[in-house]
Amino acid sequence: MYNFDFVKPATLDEAVAALGGEDAQPLSGGQTLLPSMKQRLNAPGVLISLTGIAALKGVKLEGRTLVIGAATPHAVVATEAASVYPALAALAGGIGDPAVRNRGTIGGSLANNDPSACYPAAALGSGATIVTNTREIAADDFFTGMFETALEQGEIITAVKFPVPEKAAYLKFQQPASRFALTGAYVAKYQDGVRVAITGASEGGVFRWTEAEEALNRSFTAEALNGLSLPAEGMMGDLHGTPAYRAHLCAVMTRRAVTAAG
Amino acid sequence: MTKVTLTVNGRSMSGEAEGRTLLVSFLREELGLTGTHVGCDTSQCGACVVHVDGKAVKSCTVLAQDVNGASVTTIEGMANEDGSLGVVQQAFQDHHGLQCGFCTPGMVMSSAALLAENPKPTEAEIRHYLEGNICRCTGYHNIVKAVLAASGQDVSALGVAAE
Repeated sequence: MYNFDFVKPATLDEAVAALGGEDAQPLSGGQTLLPSMKQRLNAPGVLISLTGIAALKGVKLEGRTLVIGAATPHAVVATEAASVYPALAALAGGIGDPAVRNRGTIGGSLANNDPSACYPAAALGSGATIVTNTREIAADDFFTGMFETALEQGEIITAVKFPVPEKAAYLKFQQPASRFALTGAYVAKYQDGVRVAITGASEGGVFRWTEAEEALNRSFTAEALNGLSLPAEGMMGDLHGTPAYRAHLCAVMTRRAVTAAG
Repeated sequence: MTKVTLTVNGRSMSGEAEGRTLLVSFLREELGLTGTHVGCDTSQCGACVVHVDGKAVKSCTVLAQDVNGASVTTIEGMANEDGSLGVVQQAFQDHHGLQCGFCTPGMVMSSAALLAENPKPTEAEIRHYLEGNICRCTGYHNIVKAVLAASGQDVSALGVAAE
């Protein structure tokens, strides 16, 4: 890893100011950024740690909306969201392994938008709102492509607001070495409709499967999805799975998620 | 270079760290605590697991400066005060939970973190919790047995692996 200057501000204002400097990048839990820096895929001149900012941490319920601070580690979400939004808590508790979950954060995962990460599926599948230091962004507008988001240079995610659904489930076909989703489906049923978000499949990153949503709006059963499929075109392909295999998994994991949601 | 001070195994210890200095490098090279191992250096294998403020973390993927002021427990802090092996360490010895021993510091630290959260884990819970710790010698069976024993539970139901 190339060397860099390290800064750990105590407040959001200080962090925003520091990020205005040349070649500065924010650091949250570091479970993706640090490995990529070791591989010299990334070499910022200054790292601004966000983990010392108390205002960015914590899980709280406001009405029927669960608000999670951006620097909250996965392990904390897995515990504190369990009673209010069990599907989200289970997703958080299935990321990486226990030691990774003690460091990795929701804000870091969403800002990175890895095409196989779990949290983007939860945010898009829940119709969450991503709150930054300057604005609020609907999940539908936030994820703009593989490793790409609507975040501007120097903009920091401060919290994520999840409307709590009537029922939901996330099922991932786990890549056994990395525990990323080879393909995963997040299904959430709200009073005004069902949302289905797929991760680990498309070359464009996480996406909504609208045909499945329409079918599930008519009948929230696994059978309602019979005959529905996604084309292999545009799906990721690697040594773990071909595009056709991933397209097939989308339907399988969505059916399983509907069954699990009950 | 920046001065970093940690409370390591109950003692205040200081050293110098660059921005890029990893916690594991700081512990091994600056503080001389070489019990924590670097296996893969890619946060897969778990040989470098230590506790930071009571939570298990992979110290190869944490910056030393980012945990400045924290309380850190390493494998050197797991023995009893008189120098005899701690409960988890003794269980690993009793049940042949190691062969080459390279993964053992991380295995012991992860196991201790599990038992702090869940004092009587089932076999399945132990296997699940240790999924971020890789051992290339034992086949895991005796590690699981050691953790069950360390939690004070009966290990006879697990049967006998090649010992």
